[in-house]
This record gives sequence, structure tokens and C-alpha cells, in this order.
Amino acid sequence: MPSLGADMERGKLVEWLVKPGDYVHRGDPVATVDTDKTLMDVESFEDGIVAELLVEPGATVPVGTPMARITQTPAAPPPRAAPAVPAAVPASAAPPVSAPPVSAAPPPASAAPPVRRLARQLGVDLALIRGTGRDGAVTRRDVERAAAEPAGRTGRIRSSPRARTVAAELGLDLGTVAGTGPRGAVTEADVRRAAEAAAPPVHAEARRPPAGVPAWPQAEASNGPTEAAPRLAGLRRSIGALMSRSKKTIPHYYLGTTVDLQAAVAWMQAANVQRPVSARLVPAALLLKACALAAREIPEVNGFYAEGRYRPSPAVHLGVAISLRQGGLVAPAIHDADALSLDLLMERLRDVVARARSGHLQRAEMADPTMTVTNLGDLGVESVYGVIYPPQVAMVGFGHIVERPWAQDGMLGVRPVVTATLSADHRVSDGLRGGRFLARLGELLQKPEEL
Amino acid sequence: MNESDARTAVHAAIAQVAPDVDTGQLDDGARLRQDLELDSLDFLALVETIARSTGVDIPESAYAQVGTVGGLAAYVAAHG
Repeated sequence: MPSLGADMERGKLVEWLVKPGDYVHRGDPVATVDTDKTLMDVESFEDGIVAELLVEPGATVPVGTPMARITQTPAAPPPRAAPAVPAAVPASAAPPVSAPPVSAAPPPASAAPPVRRLARQLGVDLALIRGTGRDGAVTRRDVERAAAEPAGRTGRIRSSPRARTVAAELGLDLGTVAGTGPRGAVTEADVRRAAEAAAPPVHAEARRPPAGVPAWPQAEASNGPTEAAPRLAGLRRSIGALMSRSKKTIPHYYLGTTVDLQAAVAWMQAANVQRPVSARLVPAALLLKACALAAREIPEVNGFYAEGRYRPSPAVHLGVAISLRQGGLVAPAIHDADALSLDLLMERLRDVVARARSGHLQRAEMADPTMTVTNLGDLGVESVYGVIYPPQVAMVGFGHIVERPWAQDGMLGVRPVVTATLSADHRVSDGLRGGRFLARLGELLQKPEEL
Repeated sequence: MNESDARTAVHAAIAQVAPDVDTGQLDDGARLRQDLELDSLDFLALVETIARSTGVDIPESAYAQVGTVGGLAAYVAAHG
């Protein structure tokens, strides 16, 4: 279970996206994890074959718990266990957070090879057994006990994780499926066969989610308010804990300035006229790009403060605070935002917002923003002074873009303007440098064609 | 396109962009941003969805006319 944010202590495995025997590449999503804040995809840290899934869907485990075992080749001896998802690990730029260091991770694959062999013989899925041995290791007795349990007696139907996922996707009750696997276990093939038998082919189309609509929101909707309420409470609690920590440890200072957006808005509108809807820009893309460029010039606002010292980040990974429609917010990163063209930045922004709302953010996106931007403008407020996400050292806020009387060169006109604010960490910078950042941001927005 | 088809298309697009909105209860005066809490990206997705389903491309210069559910339906009806 990797750390998916500075405040994360544990995560709940929602589903496996792979099954034993699958070949995975480094970076492939392997599981969906619920962090209290949101659902997120966790990726594999290495290439290889999934040998074993160690955590059962629905289980909540601390950060650092091995979740699966991946072997380099199918022929590799199983005892050479390599954790699929090593403990803790914000990308190289990130400082150590609350997660335990890698070396402290408990030994993975906690079942001795003979026990494993026995489990295979008896057709018992080790991932489904809670070990009673040392450090939670699965013992021979555990396996025998599991094998002796008649399927279904305990309410659990023998099945592969993949079969459960597919059954859930197809809305099929596993109890109604006849298993053909070891000891009557329900396999993926069984589920698919049962689903086809249950639904006449005419309806095959209807079972598929409509194009463009991710499967998750539907799944959540079907869970109804009973699931949503505790989930929201958990989200509120974890945001509260993180913000309390921020306010207790970070001496914030706040600056604000009004930026003339006449040039930026006019340039954007002219660009959008030529474009199909799908390629249109929104003002937020320009604001984010200007922010990323200014952050590159003023390193005191872009990096991490941990263990009593500040490390500026050479890369600008811009966190974007995204409100979730069901409540709460997340702030995943747009990587290397300073180096992206506006079009690409816009594309990434749309992508990350869509995935944040459908629960498919990736681990790295949550773990490593170097600075965060909040944009409450769409809801009509004129200014927002944000709370810094530790271990970051700055939060930039943009309000609503409004038309205001604007005096310049002795003339008065009506222009679109925005209030840009900076909340920054006094341990790292003073108002002078913070002010420089906002001034640069304003200057960059006067030349939108260069963004 | 007649008003009723346009309204149906608008409701369907809203349901797709903001699945939590109960489109059965929508009245024409509902404001997309303030009442339905669509942000600028949601709004863009809505405009895109409507362009796909009805063929009506709402230019940025017309955004001010389509701030409400009723305004959006009227625009689609007039241009579809």
C-alpha cells in the first residue's frame, strides 16, 4: 500500500485490476484504492508476473503493507518475493512523509513455500486467508482450516479476485454462479458464462456503460446514500486533520493582488473562435500556466519543507484543487506544468479533473505536487486565501473573473480582472519574494501569446 | 429542433456531465454555475456533449445567453 499523500496512513483495497498470472509492466494500474479522500489507481512498481495477491478487496491496510507479489518471469522461484508495491514513496523530489521507510516494510508474501504448495494442492486462495502465524504469516493450519470450510458456509464463495470484479461489473451475484475452479471456486470464465446465459444477446449492448461515462460513478450511485455518508465523513475528517496540521506547523503569510486580464481574455476568445468545442481553452488554463512559469522563477514557493529544511523542486508539478461533486476535494498534480504548451496543459487539466471525479487518479499525481492552485472563481467568490498542503510551502488562489472599472495611463475603462492570492510559508520566504511571485504572475498574464 | 426535443437533449447532457443532478426536478430558471455548481470545465463538457448530441455548436460569444437551463434549451431549439 503506497502512500498517496502526506496525510495518508492507511488505504482500503477496493478492487484488483489484475489477477495472478497476469503480466504487468512498471506503471500499469494494478488496483483501485480508497484513501478516505478519493478512489485512486495504484500502479505496479516493476515488470513481471503477478504471482499472488496478498490483500483482499474490502480490506483496509496501513501504508507499507505488501499488496501483491510479482515475480520477474514465470519460471522464477516463488520464494524470491518482491513486493509489487513497495512501501512509501513519494517520487524522488518528495521528502519522506508519514509512511515508514522502505526498509521498515514488513516481509512480503507471508507464507512459507511448503504452505504455499499445500494451498495450491487444496485449491485454497492464500489471499483470502488471514494468517495466524508470526507477523500475520499464513500457516499450514490456516490453510487446512480454510480448505475444510465448505464453500458458501461462511457467506464467502470461493472465487478469484478477478471473478469477483467481473461479477460486480456485470451486476451478477456470485452465489448464483456454478464454480468449475479448484474446490468449486468460481472463475472469471464461469462468471462470464453465467452472465451470457442470464442475458439474451439482445441486451448485451445495454449492459455496457454508455460511451464516455466511466463505470465508477455508476457503481457509487448504486451503493446509494448509505455508503456515501460515511465516505464523506471520512473525507471531511482527513481534510480536517491535514489542514489542522498545516495551520499548526506552517507560519502562513498572505498576499493578494488584482490582475488585469483584458489581454489574456481577448487572446483566449480569439483563439477559441477558430477551435472546435473539444479544443477550446478556459481561463483557468492560462492562469495555471502563468503560475507554473512564475514558480519556476521563484524557487522559494515551489518545493517541500520537511525535517526542518526546505528543498526547492527543480520541476513544477502544479497541484490543482478539484472539488468533487459529491463533496470534499482533492489536489492532484499536473506534472511539469511549466513545460507544457497551453493546449497540452488544457488537455491535462480536463483529464485530471475527469479522473478525479471518476476515482481514477494515479498514485504519483496525488503524492507529488510541488505547489497547489485553488480556483474558486467558478462559484463566484472574488478572492480565496488557501491553506497550504504540507509539505508544500505555497498555495495560490484565483477568484472569479469579474468586470471592473480599471484606471490606466490616466484613462478609465472596464476590464476583466482577477484577484490572485498567495499563501506562503514564512519559514521559507518573506513577503518580498512572495510579492515578486505575484508580480511575475501578473506580468506573464499580460502576454498570453507567450504562455 | 422544437423546444421539447431541445429540453430533453439539454437534460440528458446535464445528467451526463453532473450525474448527481436530478434532471426530473430541473426548472428552466436554474442557473448552471450557481445552482447546479458546474465549473468552467463542466460547462465546457456540457457544451461539447450538446454539440455531439444535437449538432448545435455554442460559440463562446453566446455563453452569456446560455447561463440557465431554459436559456440553453432555447438556444439549442433556435439553432438546431
